[in-house]
Amino acid sequence: MNHDTTILLIEIGALLFGLGMLGRLGRRFGLSPIPLYLLAGLAFGHGGVIPLSASEEFIGIGAQIGVILLLVMLGLEYSADELVDNLRSAAPAGLIDMLLNALPGAAFALVLGWDWKAALVLAGITWVSSSGVIAKVLGDLGRVGNRETPVILSVLVIEDLAMAFYLPIATAVLAGVGLVDGLGTLAVAVVTVIAVLVIAIRYGGEISDFMSVKDPEALLLSVLGMTLFIAGVAGELKVSEAVGAFLVGIALSGPVAHHAVQMLSPLRDLFAAVFFVFFGLSTDPNDMPGVILPALALAVLTMLTKVLTGYLAARRAGIGLPGQVRAGLALMPRGEFSVVIAGLAVAYGVDPRLAPLATAYVLITVVTGPMLARLPDYPWFKEIVRKRMAARRTVKKPLAATD
Amino acid sequence: MGIVRVRVEQTPLPGIGVRHDLVTSSGRTVGVVSHRNGRRDLVLYDVDDPDSSLASIPLTDDEAEALADVLGASLMLGQLAGLRQQAAGLLTEQIALPAGSPFVGRLLGDTRARSRTSASIVAVLRDREVIASPVPSFRFEANDVVVAVGTRQGLDGVTAILAGDTDG
Repeated sequence: MNHDTTILLIEIGALLFGLGMLGRLGRRFGLSPIPLYLLAGLAFGHGGVIPLSASEEFIGIGAQIGVILLLVMLGLEYSADELVDNLRSAAPAGLIDMLLNALPGAAFALVLGWDWKAALVLAGITWVSSSGVIAKVLGDLGRVGNRETPVILSVLVIEDLAMAFYLPIATAVLAGVGLVDGLGTLAVAVVTVIAVLVIAIRYGGEISDFMSVKDPEALLLSVLGMTLFIAGVAGELKVSEAVGAFLVGIALSGPVAHHAVQMLSPLRDLFAAVFFVFFGLSTDPNDMPGVILPALALAVLTMLTKVLTGYLAARRAGIGLPGQVRAGLALMPRGEFSVVIAGLAVAYGVDPRLAPLATAYVLITVVTGPMLARLPDYPWFKEIVRKRMAARRTVKKPLAATD
Repeated sequence: MGIVRVRVEQTPLPGIGVRHDLVTSSGRTVGVVSHRNGRRDLVLYDVDDPDSSLASIPLTDDEAEALADVLGASLMLGQLAGLRQQAAGLLTEQIALPAGSPFVGRLLGDTRARSRTSASIVAVLRDREVIASPVPSFRFEANDVVVAVGTRQGLDGVTAILAGDTDG
């Protein structure tokens, strides 16, 4: 083996081992590994503590695969029927979510004096909650059975589905294509997404039957191969690789999807870790101090708007006040999608302050979000909510009496 | 088992599975979350905050089945008790299989209890478990308790048959 290859092995090996240790440490404190991976990336990147030399290109490709695997797994979790049902029943909640969370991001970018491309990117970053982190938090806090949980999940589902339209638009805008080409790309994306949904609902069974569940190795290779292939084709069509992968996940259903989830999970964990590190790598830690305050302001602002989103969505679904508060507080963490969007922006070279801001923003929300989501379980918090409810009731009573 | 009077609500949980829940007549909410990976959680809801789960108890396949059996069996016995009050002259009785019964180790069909007494054996209690609607090929064991429905005379007939007082 030549020298470069051995250095690559040493660097990748040390990096993965370090990430494993970090992840274990994080779990002890109930912390999602995402912020730790980002921090590790910061430490190893340009201007970091120990810059990596040989492996950056390799990590870059790994990161690409990481995005694709994150998205295909997300698609596998939902069936096409579920997506369509959700869109029907929770579309207003999804709209509230977009208005309340994407607009502040865009406005914030414009206030900082960034161009509208950066505003579009920052809107996406603040819009999408982290379905991975939130699903974990709901499980950890024993809230899967709660009646506000379907509300939270449907907001997440709609966000994920919305990404299938947002990412192609963002890709087109960032690539600097004109208005006509941009609309063309959007049209291709819309037609593709709808076609995939229709095909998945009508013929999902046949597509899945085509891939046998009996041979795990063949299933792994065929699902992974098909995902990478379609993602690549989608990328060539400027619809974004991530969306292509997401659609493959949706089109697969039944036992094939179930087995694919089991087999792709370890791969996803590996490459997603590489992806988060890569994003950290591309951020210079020396840029971080300058963006901490704006990031903190943006985090506070958009965490509050998420609380409001959850509150309104849960109230719409007829959930009581404590459930409304729980739904709001649970929706706060931003994670993988925000990093995917920011990564897209970095690849096309928008405002150089965007990557450090996005890193700091995701770090803040993903660390504090799950902690704040625990608030409603504390007795003092319950007491406050109970008093609010009692106060409301006494306000309502005289009104009822005058009727 | 008659008309379902209880409304069981089904709610999809995208990415997780499905939740079924029902509000009992006492005002409590009980639910079951069926995860897509086969895991099942029995969920009990808070009285003060009916949206919040007070406890979520993961059940394995066997545990869920056992729980369903216990509930189903106690439900059936409850309905039998109700039947006793409703239909005059029709009785339900638990008859212990005597230690010296000729039917220990033999089949339920061998007793020909229904054709001879017109009383029906509707369940067998064994080791605190209920075997509902035993089939004719069901094999008795020592210490079984038979639940039979019939007239007073019919039930006395079953008791006599099981004790071996009449020749089978």
